[in-house]
Amino acid sequence: MERSEALFRTVLRLGDNSLVLGHRLSEWCGHGPQLEEDIAQANIALDLLGQARNYLTYAGEIEGKGRTEDDLAYLRTERQFLNVKLAELPKGDYAHTIARSFLFDAFHLPLQQALTKSPDERLAGIAGKAVKEATYHLRHSSEWLVRFGDGTEESHRRAQAAIDGLWMYTGELFAPDEAERTLIEAGILPDLASIKAEWDATVARVLAEATLVRPADGWMARGGKDGQHTEHLGFLLAELQYLPRAFPGAQW
Amino acid sequence: MSNEKNETDFPLWEVFIQSKRGLDHKHVGSLHAADARMAIENARDVYTRRGEGNSIWVVLAEHLHASRPEDQGAFFDPADDKVYRHPTFYVMPEGVKHI
Repeated sequence: MERSEALFRTVLRLGDNSLVLGHRLSEWCGHGPQLEEDIAQANIALDLLGQARNYLTYAGEIEGKGRTEDDLAYLRTERQFLNVKLAELPKGDYAHTIARSFLFDAFHLPLQQALTKSPDERLAGIAGKAVKEATYHLRHSSEWLVRFGDGTEESHRRAQAAIDGLWMYTGELFAPDEAERTLIEAGILPDLASIKAEWDATVARVLAEATLVRPADGWMARGGKDGQHTEHLGFLLAELQYLPRAFPGAQW
Repeated sequence: MSNEKNETDFPLWEVFIQSKRGLDHKHVGSLHAADARMAIENARDVYTRRGEGNSIWVVLAEHLHASRPEDQGAFFDPADDKVYRHPTFYVMPEGVKHI
């Protein structure tokens, strides 16, 4: 795969991961279990949206066909989204939302940290801004996972069920596709195996504190990176893209 | 609304934010949290979203004791006619702030 095509797909994926997960978290806005958590999730969703804007803008520039962040966010179909499946799964109950965020944040933080050292200066700059946000996101999701896991019998049961159910979506985070392999070989993207080592350490530490059991590694879902998504992404995009689809060129 | 404590509710915390190093912490509002750590994180999300914060203090609302409205006369009115307690009989140097 050509370097520019690989960079386009990889930067697009970084944007799509943040955009899709950010949208999922925004679904809690006005529905949070508590006023303070409602605001916290909306904050985190906005952080992710900001990251998505930076990455999608850069992806459009790499592609060089004049597509803007809005074109990429609003005018692609689900097969053209390259995010991991973990990001698009429905929000579920609050333990499920927290567990998904935790599994993603524990991957997202070391990835963004490593990207700050990328020779691609644009990528390093965007990641530099994202690191502080991702640090807080991981802190927030870890805190809540520990509270749920080490909380009541009911919260423990729900947290363990969420981790068990989400586990098969974690393998895709660390399985490079062709575009990512090209960039890893070129030294632009960090080796995902080194990110996995940090993820393993974080997951082991937090799960232990939360008195939760790490599930056995079994079959892992794939396909999101190639645009083959779960049935949930289409519904998410229908809502996310409704306005620009219904009123093309609308300004607001 | 009942004042009785509900075990499933988080207690109320009062939040104080220092906007700049050197200034005092000012009361900005209150929030609910299970413990001090969660209270500080919630305060970060609720009260410092627009760059207001440099440092956060939280204290359980039940640990604050306030003067009573009916004491207002006895407490505060006697100070009204004692202008000599105000440091207004000398000239302030220019450039002195936060006084």
